[in-house]
Amino acid sequence: MAIFVDEATKVVYQGLTGSQGRFYGLLNREYGTHVVAGTNPRKAGSDVEGIPVYASVADAAEATGATASCIFIPAPGVRDAVIEAADGGVTFIVCITEGVPAHDEAWFYNKLRRDFPNVRLLGPNCPGIISPGKANIGITAGHIAKAPVPGEIAVGIVSRSGTLTYQALYELKLNDIGVSTCVGIGGDPVPGTSFIDCLEAFEADPDTHAVMMIGEIGGSAEEEAAEYIASKMTKPVVAYVAGVTAPPGKKMGHAGAIVSGGKGTAHAKMDALRDAGARVGLNPTEAGQLMVEVVRDLG
Amino acid sequence: MDLFEYQGKQFFARYGIPVSPGEAVTTVDDAVAAADRIGYPVVVKAQVQVGGRGKAGGIKLANDAEETRAHAGAILGMDIKGHTVEILWIERASDIAEEYYASFTLDRSAKKHLGMLSARGGIDIEAVAAEDPDAIAKIWVDPVDGLTEEQAKSWVAAARLNPRATDGAVDIVLKLYNAYVEGDADLVEINPLILKPTGEVHALDAKVTLDGNSEFRHPDYAAYDATQVRDEREQAAHEKGLQYVGLDGYVGVIANGAGLAMSTVDIVNQVGGEPSNFLDIGGGASAEVMTGALEVITHDPSVRSIFINIFGGITKGEEVANGIVAALGRVDIAQPIVIRLDGTNADLGREILRPHLSDKLQMQPTMVDAARTAVALAGK
Repeated sequence: MAIFVDEATKVVYQGLTGSQGRFYGLLNREYGTHVVAGTNPRKAGSDVEGIPVYASVADAAEATGATASCIFIPAPGVRDAVIEAADGGVTFIVCITEGVPAHDEAWFYNKLRRDFPNVRLLGPNCPGIISPGKANIGITAGHIAKAPVPGEIAVGIVSRSGTLTYQALYELKLNDIGVSTCVGIGGDPVPGTSFIDCLEAFEADPDTHAVMMIGEIGGSAEEEAAEYIASKMTKPVVAYVAGVTAPPGKKMGHAGAIVSGGKGTAHAKMDALRDAGARVGLNPTEAGQLMVEVVRDLG
Repeated sequence: MDLFEYQGKQFFARYGIPVSPGEAVTTVDDAVAAADRIGYPVVVKAQVQVGGRGKAGGIKLANDAEETRAHAGAILGMDIKGHTVEILWIERASDIAEEYYASFTLDRSAKKHLGMLSARGGIDIEAVAAEDPDAIAKIWVDPVDGLTEEQAKSWVAAARLNPRATDGAVDIVLKLYNAYVEGDADLVEINPLILKPTGEVHALDAKVTLDGNSEFRHPDYAAYDATQVRDEREQAAHEKGLQYVGLDGYVGVIANGAGLAMSTVDIVNQVGGEPSNFLDIGGGASAEVMTGALEVITHDPSVRSIFINIFGGITKGEEVANGIVAALGRVDIAQPIVIRLDGTNADLGREILRPHLSDKLQMQPTMVDAARTAVALAGK
């Protein structure tokens, strides 16, 4: 098993006819993902290398049975694209687009919660999701991930950072460790899917045996994840947090400092995760080695 | 994008929030001319994006042209916590009965907008939050619903302002929320929000941070981008479209992806070195991007060695290596370079780099090894 997407997931690509959508849509299909449709209101009826293009997600879902969408629409159109996808009947939306205004993200996060409670949004500004050997939706290079071997220990990955996600996949592959699902939740202020959402799903997935979590400075998502790990997780967690020495990023003024209440530094996050029982690596390689030990102990 | 006070007040004024009449100037003569137009007494205010201007002597009251000239002359060029004063805001002086605090920002944890209002304004609000959290009335606003007048009224009541300020405060917080949403701000903050002896409520300061991602809706925000405070290195990188943050060390860092760049800066520190910068060149690593990155790094006189850390994903190792080799041919580099190349087709990439290796250009298999080598080569 895997979380959120697997070999049965049918995906419609919003923006398939654009250069990025086409490039990654075709790469994802090559990987084995069921890329069943694209959308473009001006190019309905055409196709991209045999993938039919529909006017809307609703049309695409009706014609193909797509249950997931992947958004490669430029930032100004993302707010409408997310609602179009939810309205069109898909239940899993992956938004790769970066540069989406924070007010749009806050708006469609709450809009989905209220009007489409069964829809999960991943992103925006994320690398996507890969269940190695089953489906790859987004911009991750599929070959850097090792598919899980039935009967062997498999690791789930959840990360806020794109390149560090790849780094984690790669470190595990070099150590011959399979990955059940790797979720890039993205580093934007209002991610559709949180660390906790993924930790819950991994905890419930019988084929995930341990979880690697990669965080970053800013916000309090890692601290909240730590609380979840301490109270609910039975599976071992290895964590890494980037930004120990990063300068205070975007200054959010006094109001921002109050919201975070002293949370948000890499050290605070690492301490919280350590206190919650996670093993914390000081760099990605060390985290990889800690996971090797975890897998050996589980095996 | 952080706005200066004068830009913030102009921004507020567009949304109908009452601010003092004023003008932004850059010379002493213009300051006096502006003060004459505005009418005395005026306040001469240093425009710097750092707190504590008043204590540093950057805010002065002037009762006539002579005093305006003296204060403007003293404040222009003044250094306030490392920021040189280049712009003054001259505004009509206000009589103050009471000072309050009002702001909106995103609560990332609650995923709602958070409004904060306090009768204890005019001072460091973080200190108020620490010692007397009940003095701050908070409201969480669902972005889908927005802030209603009903909610604004009960929020203002909860803040226990002077009853005379109630109507003015309700009007201002509604306008402030509108400015925050319609203006795509990450933060709008008024400290102090003042009650005048005449009963009017008024924004005496303005702290505004705009979301750079919203420029497609606000073409005029490009003008704010031009006035962002950047050091020389950051300005050069910004012009090349690179994500760069200047630091105080001596190991230049180039990496692809924000997370990896942060991680690289961390690891240089962990092995006992000090990074001179954070530089994310994005997913690609073409010859053009790498050339620009190396130009920015080598232009910094404090850089003594350079650590290039690239993880190939979709971009293959051989493409990255060819980009690096081409860039090395285009930029004159005195500092030694250490490369760590991993990921997709890293072997092929390393083969391409191998013939170019020397004392000045080394390759290491892991991030930790590469960081150690770069720090050793910096010779500190």
